[in-house]
Amino acid sequence: MAALDELERHYEKAKRDRNFQKRLNQLLHTYAGRPTPLFFAQRLTKILGGAKVYLKREDLLHTGAHKINNCLGQALLVERMGKHRVIAETGAGQHGVATATVCALLGFECVVYMGTEDMRRQELNVFRMRLLGAEVRGVDSGSRTLKDAINEAMRDWVTNVRTTHYLLGSVLGAHPYPTMVRDFHKVTGREARAQILKAEGRLPKAIIACVGGGSNSIGIFYEFIKDKKVQLIGVEAGGRGQRLGDHAARFRGGSPGVLQGTYSYVLQDEAGQISATHSVSAGLDYPSIGPEHAWLKDTGRAEYVSATDQEALEACTVLARTEGIIPALESAHAVAEVIKRAPRMKKSEVVMVNVSGRGDKDIGILRENLKLE
Amino acid sequence: MPLRFQNSPALVAYLTCGDPDLAITLDIALATIDAGADVIELGVPFSDPVADGPVIQRASERALRHGTSLLQVLELARKIRKKSQAGLIIFTYLNPVLRMGMERFSAAAQDACVDGALITDLPVEESRDYLVEMQKRGLATVFLAAPTSTDARLQQIARASSGFVYAVSRTGVTGARQQMPEDAPKLVGRLRRYTDLPVAVGFGISTSAQFEAVGKFADAAVVGSAIVEIIERNPGKEAESVAQFVRQLLVSGRQSSALSR
Repeated sequence: MAALDELERHYEKAKRDRNFQKRLNQLLHTYAGRPTPLFFAQRLTKILGGAKVYLKREDLLHTGAHKINNCLGQALLVERMGKHRVIAETGAGQHGVATATVCALLGFECVVYMGTEDMRRQELNVFRMRLLGAEVRGVDSGSRTLKDAINEAMRDWVTNVRTTHYLLGSVLGAHPYPTMVRDFHKVTGREARAQILKAEGRLPKAIIACVGGGSNSIGIFYEFIKDKKVQLIGVEAGGRGQRLGDHAARFRGGSPGVLQGTYSYVLQDEAGQISATHSVSAGLDYPSIGPEHAWLKDTGRAEYVSATDQEALEACTVLARTEGIIPALESAHAVAEVIKRAPRMKKSEVVMVNVSGRGDKDIGILRENLKLE
Repeated sequence: MPLRFQNSPALVAYLTCGDPDLAITLDIALATIDAGADVIELGVPFSDPVADGPVIQRASERALRHGTSLLQVLELARKIRKKSQAGLIIFTYLNPVLRMGMERFSAAAQDACVDGALITDLPVEESRDYLVEMQKRGLATVFLAAPTSTDARLQQIARASSGFVYAVSRTGVTGARQQMPEDAPKLVGRLRRYTDLPVAVGFGISTSAQFEAVGKFADAAVVGSAIVEIIERNPGKEAESVAQFVRQLLVSGRQSSALSR
């Protein structure tokens, strides 16, 4: 608790410190590559025959995903706190890579925990982290994926709390993480709102994003929450089936519970044991969901749907061939939803999709699963 | 039934219930009490034991493999209570309790005649409903105090606690260690400013030297991973191995305390 209180105090101070904001913005611009483009996907729009599809290109950020927004913010906090060691959990490896990146940038020791199953399916990212100077520790317990990596990161933090900052990668965990991580990501939505107004002179009818922990989605949604006519659609991992253990659709099969310091919707069995989950995409393969999403769902402000492994894999190919963009498998879930939804919308309407990351890391999985002529 | 720390220091023994199975856990519990333990913490295995090191993690995985549940642990407690008046504390993570329902859990705990509970990841700040249900049934609410807890928080913890206060000896997770860290006596000293309840020190205690050292400044020592590891290493003779370990721990551990009084 003391570490969480300390973090919250430093974060509150930093929020009000103009120099902190200035430095963060400077790094986001000159180092990470912000602002990211909002691209009108003309061919995809034509093929779907419905609403105009715009793509928010978070995949063009340095390290290849939105994760760096949060990593830069937290890294600057680590500096303020005078700590020198940073630990992180990672599912697909994008957050691990972004953490290793900012640690190299600012000179911190970096240890990333990753489930051994995830290490196998996202090998490229494991190598990148090591090349960047981070130590990657494989976690062999439990399901050997993201939630197990978080357990191990938490054990490390509790043990080394005096010297170490836990750079959590999503809008999960105990307070202040869900709020703080959302704040570091809301730049996506802020940019997108200004960009769409410039491009179309009006707000989108719908915004679609994939939801694992929920950071990229809350990042694009947040600025639009007040725009009541804009539909916010989160896409969860439908995996390979409906049974508990075959997917990671928390809102479909989960119920309120506590996991890793957060109270939210959790996939669990009748005895309150946390369920195993499945998704072809490591970054969505998590049994709980950011509490702010639970609130958006419960208040009816956002709608949550799912896409299956198969639909996501197909969507990858569609986007690659219609717009020349290979999305991460996580982001492909959002693309799968726009493929279903855009045709049902009017041609005068706009639908925005957050492309949260690029798909280089998924080449191995894509190769296993797709038969390319 | 009020918790009594008869001995000085008292021994609080933690067991992961269901490892290797509930019937053997019953035997181990009774043998441990017979060997001199004052309180048994009945650990409910959880899928994500974030505060536990590898020994208890492995025990939890084994216990979960044959479906050990909170309900079954409460049933086990009832069986122990039929044969012993030793202190019994349900030791669990929050989610299984939430799933059962705070009221249902407290009622079941009362019905099984346990003395109280310790919910590892329930901070005092979130404990209002739990305290209401447990206090109205006269059940003890044990909380964890850490070396990194501020004085303000220790005061909050002390206020919410009954039965005893569990002082975690170091920053870290469960698991036996060679030495006792310097953190422990200081933490206990700070806690005593806010409470008259007995203070138990836990995490990392496995030898009689450590047990004796803890006895000099705390009212009880909690031994967990050391016992769980003995169970892991002695299949077929778990109860006798634990009993032997406990007897040895207490004989040398208490002798010197008694002499120095």
